[in-house]
Amino acid sequence: MRLSFNIALRFLKSGKGQTALIILGISVGVAVQLFIGSLIQGLQISLVNTTIGRSPHITISSTNKDKTIKDWDRVIYETKISSPEIVNVSVAADGPASIDYEEDIDSVLLRGFNIYDVDKVYRFSDGLYEGTMPEKKDEVIIGRELSKKSGTNANDKIILITPSGGKTRLTVTGLYDLKVSSINETWVVTNLETAQDILGLDNNVTSVEMQVRQVFNADSVAKKLKYTLSIGDLKVDNWKEQNEQLLSGLNGQSVSSYMIQVFVLVAVLLGISSVLAISVVQRSKQLGILKAMGIRDRDASLIFVFQGLMLGCLGAILGILFGFGLLLVFSKFALNSDGTPLVPIYINYRFIALSGMFAIVSAMIASLIPARLSSKLNPIEVIKNG
Amino acid sequence: MANIVELKDINKIYGDKIQTQVLFDINVGFEEKSFSSIIGESGSGKSTMLNIVGTLDKPTSGEVFIDGNRVDTLDKESLAKLRNQTMGFIFQFHYLLPEFTAKENILMPYKINKFKVPKEIDEWADELIELVGLSKVANNLATDMSGGQQQRTAIARALINKPKIILADEPTGNLDSATTENVYSLLRDINEKYKTTFIVITHDKRIAEKTDRIIEIKDGRII
Repeated sequence: MRLSFNIALRFLKSGKGQTALIILGISVGVAVQLFIGSLIQGLQISLVNTTIGRSPHITISSTNKDKTIKDWDRVIYETKISSPEIVNVSVAADGPASIDYEEDIDSVLLRGFNIYDVDKVYRFSDGLYEGTMPEKKDEVIIGRELSKKSGTNANDKIILITPSGGKTRLTVTGLYDLKVSSINETWVVTNLETAQDILGLDNNVTSVEMQVRQVFNADSVAKKLKYTLSIGDLKVDNWKEQNEQLLSGLNGQSVSSYMIQVFVLVAVLLGISSVLAISVVQRSKQLGILKAMGIRDRDASLIFVFQGLMLGCLGAILGILFGFGLLLVFSKFALNSDGTPLVPIYINYRFIALSGMFAIVSAMIASLIPARLSSKLNPIEVIKNG
Repeated sequence: MANIVELKDINKIYGDKIQTQVLFDINVGFEEKSFSSIIGESGSGKSTMLNIVGTLDKPTSGEVFIDGNRVDTLDKESLAKLRNQTMGFIFQFHYLLPEFTAKENILMPYKINKFKVPKEIDEWADELIELVGLSKVANNLATDMSGGQQQRTAIARALINKPKIILADEPTGNLDSATTENVYSLLRDINEKYKTTFIVITHDKRIAEKTDRIIEIKDGRII
């Protein structure tokens, strides 16, 4: 075994040009795989973040007649103990309303939250481009589109009309932009007390919203949560049910990225295999004499397996370095107009280690063909043919 | 003296569709410690015979005995071991490993069996290098040596495992006449010093005449 390794090393060293070429081939393959993989992962994470990062992943709502949750303290308690995955739990008191401004009436959704809790989910304070967050009773913030349509600015008053006809004067303390026009256009955000008051909900809420740490686990967490909740008449929804199109899009993207990676690997594998197979022919004299001198077929095969292993290792290391270089260049030079990277690169060390391992394993698999050839080589053929 | 190599009723036929018989009923034995030469025209079957003795080739029919044991029925692995332990090969085209130095090439048959080289084997290798006169080029790569030096390296390599038999196929075939003389006197010295059995193919009658026994092959038959 050690002799095989020794011979493999000498063979590689003596054919420096050829060795360098194979290593380069493997490393380009690994680099491309790493680059594409990291890019797609980064793309997906940023897509998921922008799509659902600023919204609740699981929502508990009521199925009873008045659509309210009375014992919501208990619901929150049970939600928090059901899974450590659940974070940013917040309650909401929602109801339809309309606002009356000079020329028109617009229907809106009045949403009352514990402002501190809900900010972790929707991040209104990040999107606030004018004024301040609502702190006191009868203070609200409205979105960019609604403010434009109604001609309302920070510190203006608006009149909110409930479906039952009640009118309330509210102070707009700030304007937000969450980059989602349907929210910007319809949500009037206030504290819990104000909403409960206006909508006549007493001390009840209409939903409990939360996020989960691993967004793709939302469905299983939701299932567990539903099982944990002791109060009846509650419905648990998660983002995955409501975003099937996004999910299938992401899946499609993943599959195509895997396909690219697999084809790159196959190309690398064929490359290594053919070069090593040629090297068996090149070294057939040496193999013939080694066999005449009594080297076992297994050890003769091992020479090529070791060559594959060494080429794979070197290629993988170099490829990972190349890949990092590519990612660095891409994140430095492919920029949005505001200077942020076009696609945020996501460095997943497990994925990188896996790519490297894949390259090494495929180099070894590729070496099996030449290993078999060398095992089959009959010394007499070499000796007879001079 | 006992025969260390014995061929009984050996026939060798090449090819499936068009069959060519190259050896016909060969019966021959080689005594221990003897120095024999095989002569014959090219295509007469002498190399085939030597390869059968060396277990590199299998006879179509007949029996091969080495050191009293039948070997033509052994599996590949046992044959590899047998070759490694009891035989040394010297070929016309040297067949050194160009990636290794002269000394590394000489040690190769030992390393095939056991990778770690103990001190006494290392010293034995140095002794052989001295014997074949390669001290100056011992650490040269095989490609950085002259033809004669390469052939002497191959001779030292054939001796490293102290084999009982050395098989040589035109060992001086592509060397000049002065070097040829040198190589043969070296082989003869080894034969006398280490009591190694030699079977050597040559086309040079002058060389053959100096050996203990000449076996002439014509058209696949010993005459």
